[in-house]
Amino acid sequence: MIEETAPGPALEIQSQAAEFLVARRNGRSWSEFDEQSLNAWLAQSMAHRIAFWRLESVWNRADRLNALRPMAPAKTAVAANPRKRIAPFAFAAAVVAGIAALGLSTNLLWNQPRVTSYSTPIGGRETIRLADGTTIELNTNTVVRTALTEKRRTVELVRGEAFFQVRHDERRPFVLLAANHRVIDLGTKFLAREDGTRLKVVLIEGSAKVETGISTDNAKSALLKPGDEAVATARDLTITRKSDKQLESELGWQRGVLVFQRATLVDVAREYNRYNSRKIIIADTKAGARLITATLPTNDVTGFARMAKNFLGLHVEEREGEIVISH
Amino acid sequence: MVETPETERATTATSSVGDPLSMSEIQAWFIREVLPLESVLMQFLSRSGRSKSDSEDICQDVYMRVCAAAAEELPRNPRALVFTVARNLLINRVKHEQVISIEAVENLEGLNVAIDEPPPDRVVIAREELRLLQTALGKLPERIRNAVVMHKIDGLSTAEIALRTGASERTVQRDLGEGVRALAEILLREPADTRRAS
Repeated sequence: MIEETAPGPALEIQSQAAEFLVARRNGRSWSEFDEQSLNAWLAQSMAHRIAFWRLESVWNRADRLNALRPMAPAKTAVAANPRKRIAPFAFAAAVVAGIAALGLSTNLLWNQPRVTSYSTPIGGRETIRLADGTTIELNTNTVVRTALTEKRRTVELVRGEAFFQVRHDERRPFVLLAANHRVIDLGTKFLAREDGTRLKVVLIEGSAKVETGISTDNAKSALLKPGDEAVATARDLTITRKSDKQLESELGWQRGVLVFQRATLVDVAREYNRYNSRKIIIADTKAGARLITATLPTNDVTGFARMAKNFLGLHVEEREGEIVISH
Repeated sequence: MVETPETERATTATSSVGDPLSMSEIQAWFIREVLPLESVLMQFLSRSGRSKSDSEDICQDVYMRVCAAAAEELPRNPRALVFTVARNLLINRVKHEQVISIEAVENLEGLNVAIDEPPPDRVVIAREELRLLQTALGKLPERIRNAVVMHKIDGLSTAEIALRTGASERTVQRDLGEGVRALAEILLREPADTRRAS
């Protein structure tokens, strides 16, 4: 047996063991240096080893929870194949004790991906270019967060709508997260719009996989082809094919216009309200049901009001901060 | 079908009573024979008036000593060894304390009872194990539970969890660390009957 010095307080050792265990099992950020730090820490005291064994046995048991996983999406390979056992520790060789606890926690921090947030205000539009060559065009009132590491690119659409032109890289998958949904790029130009728990994805070029209900027992996925529009809700994933004209309408905002084809006034107002802080309010259902086919600038609320009055013959009342339209 | 835990299978063939053990054999022996005793051991320690952190330290000390003993020779009766070591450590502590509480001494007498209790069942049907885990999961604080679910069921890395929850990855790591410790607390320490879903 290795000579023991008195170990530290048990609770402290448990928390160190837990930190090592979680970081090690996380795979991606676990480096050779971390492995050596762990071995050195384990070699320091039998108490360290025991604390690690104990928590590891529990963490291994928890792997069985994997059975609750509803389906096998792309990540299964990672999830189902954690290192089943600790590699036999080279305890004798672990006289590396010199590096001991040194820099463990800082090293774990170095490996964090840099998370960057981008946002646009109401009416704003912004294009960002990521280090990998991918561009993301943010529409009005949108927030995205990016986290790029050597092994993967993860972008979260926190709110709003964005157009993605992804530089494909097989060794560095591009994953878009939104609500409970996931879009995995397979070489793509696509539009994604988040609306509460709903995600709409319109694929313009290339292909992409949409997965929904990731953490529920109602998971679904679909492979999109150009022209496909996927709408993912908490319960459903529906795919419809869009015509070129419809696709062009979807992307009108990139040119600063909203394109409507036989849209109800209610839908038109809702679209306008995304881009403008001065809101359009439809006061009655009869007015709201009127159909409109038009191409209109996103930021021209008064122009819209004028159109409603002159072409549709509706009653328009302009108030401070809002425009009320009624029959 | 009955499945036995991983550790059980790994060690049945490797060593017999009386042989000195390698480190990985000690690990397997410890998980198989000693860890299932933790709930009774901790109950005993807290019954003898020890504080939480004191009980943890004594438990750690017991584990170190029984593993050291196992390295020399595989103990024939792990349960008896664990409780004998625990009793000796307790008696030592009580002796070194200025004020000896009568209660503490009295409780030491109760030890024989603990040794005679039947060992907890080690072989658990896979489905039963899953139910135990689910129940344990349900007892975790919400944020911790969410992190464990995303990690263990969805197979997400800490970075991905961080992205989804808006927390920093450091926080997610800490949450998972707390998760594994809390699960250990529930799975290893709560008596089997209260662990089950009612």
